[in-house]
Amino acid sequence: MAGYLIRRLWQSIVLLIIVSMIGFGVLHLTPGGPLSQYALTPGMTQDAMDRISEQMGLNRPLPIQYLDWAWRMLQGDWGTSYRDQQPVLTVIGRHLFATMLLMVSSTVISIALGTWIGIRGATHRYSTFDYAATVGAMIALSIPTFWFGLVGIYIFSLELGWLPAGNMYTIGDGSVLDYLHHLILPSIVLALVNIAIWSRYMRTATLDVINQDFVKTARAKGVSERRVLMKHVVGNALLPMITLAGMQLPNLLSGALVTETVFTWPGMGRLFLDSLGYNDYPVVMGLLMFSAVLVILGNLIADIVAASIDPRIRLA
Amino acid sequence: MTAADIQTTPQRWWHSRGFRRFAQHRLAMVGMAMLFLLTLACIVGPYLLPYDELYIDLRARFSPPMTDDHYLGTDPLGRDIAARLLMAGRISLLVGFFAMVLSTAIGTVIGVVAGYYGGKVNSVLMRFVDAFLAFPSIFLLLALAAFINPSPVMITIIIAVTGWMEVARIVEAEVKSLRERDFVLAGRMLGLRNTHIMFRELLPNMVGPIIVAATLTVARAILLEAYISFLGYGIQPPLPSWGNMLNGAQQYLATAPWLAIIPGITITIAVTSFNFIGDGLRDALDVRTDPA
Repeated sequence: MAGYLIRRLWQSIVLLIIVSMIGFGVLHLTPGGPLSQYALTPGMTQDAMDRISEQMGLNRPLPIQYLDWAWRMLQGDWGTSYRDQQPVLTVIGRHLFATMLLMVSSTVISIALGTWIGIRGATHRYSTFDYAATVGAMIALSIPTFWFGLVGIYIFSLELGWLPAGNMYTIGDGSVLDYLHHLILPSIVLALVNIAIWSRYMRTATLDVINQDFVKTARAKGVSERRVLMKHVVGNALLPMITLAGMQLPNLLSGALVTETVFTWPGMGRLFLDSLGYNDYPVVMGLLMFSAVLVILGNLIADIVAASIDPRIRLA
Repeated sequence: MTAADIQTTPQRWWHSRGFRRFAQHRLAMVGMAMLFLLTLACIVGPYLLPYDELYIDLRARFSPPMTDDHYLGTDPLGRDIAARLLMAGRISLLVGFFAMVLSTAIGTVIGVVAGYYGGKVNSVLMRFVDAFLAFPSIFLLLALAAFINPSPVMITIIIAVTGWMEVARIVEAEVKSLRERDFVLAGRMLGLRNTHIMFRELLPNMVGPIIVAATLTVARAILLEAYISFLGYGIQPPLPSWGNMLNGAQQYLATAPWLAIIPGITITIAVTSFNFIGDGLRDALDVRTDPA
């Protein structure tokens, strides 16, 4: 395990370094590069720009600038928001909870539904249900998330009036129930794509396991079909799902951005778009890097969890 | 002499097992039919409709579908939605198609080089693939789109630049599995250049997986264009795209729901077609896939 841990940790560090290089590259694409936030200040002169450039050390060679930038990032100095003059990490931190809440609840929904659909599809192979689930999954993967959100709002908020059309809580209420009420629609919208992915995966995985010797042995011992399914089949199929969940993280974050926009959900995605609108490049860059770091960490944790359960992974 | 010369007379392509299996794939055929109709409508349609996609008629604002000659209604400026939808289709489909061509090209070159040379070259290139995959695609796309001039060409390029990794991974795995085969060794002993072995000998063996990945990449590219245009950073009005037609549709959801419903259904149909076709090609060309 220790060997696997060190190897995996090392890989993540290398990945972080390359990710930071790409981020640094994108930063220099911004109009005015790292100076962009000053370029918009009224009354800014070229002289003053040059002076700031000198102060910030932007006339040094790029590799030195990169090292300096990366070192400050490591120390937690991610710059200052142009919009509200607060440290970028503080601004991001304020929006982290909303996004996490949305991502966790949508993951719970998608895993529960996806697993059920997938197993049922595998045990009732080639049935109408299986066929509908297959086609349905492909269509679900083709529906633009934001549009699905709009249709959801149209049906459940405007026509039926059952669910709120946006925001995380009602001002003046904010009870747990109120949060849950606001959470339902965006979570389902965000979950759609992952329900499709999990159900496809679960179907294949169940079919793989269902005919293996240990399952036949369990059946021959007289274990009930239900117990065989739950204990032997699902237990074995669920494990790779941990790794897969890690791999789906970037897509989940992308989906969250779009969902948050449609539902005016006060999370990181919403912050990202608002910051783009205000040309608040430090926050935009911060969120870009933060999301990539989140993905790398998520994958690392998923792999470690999977390896601690399954010895085959860490010995491979 | 190349490997191509030793081949026996080629079978006609429509007699091949792969083509027959594709033609018998029900979903793939549905996808082909939908795509054909949609493309045809986008090419021919605008000439048949009574309105130009840019023609503004403020008296006819928010006409619901089927009022007069506005078969799909009008938008907040009184522009004909049917005309806009079909012109938008031209742009969205072209952006999707060319983004696929470009990202498949980038992915193939990187995958072949990484797989063929192996060792350090492989680990550097593949770590870059991993690093690009670590960025949520919409975050990266929006950050890039905000800093460039959002013309259709630039949008196509940034979608391609953020979407080549899947192809690179597939091609790299294929090349790795073929690298030690005798025909590659024979090529080396004949003194063929590395580029020749990579692109003339190895590449033709992985056309199947590349075609499947490319088809699914079109679907992805159309969706991504829709996302960023919906958010206001993609194709810019007055040029219509399926995504930017939905931009602003939310505020009229209660009064003019067709503004949101019609372009959304069209996007779904287009993307579903490509996903169906990709599924059919995967079965027909016997491409094994990851369980996801």
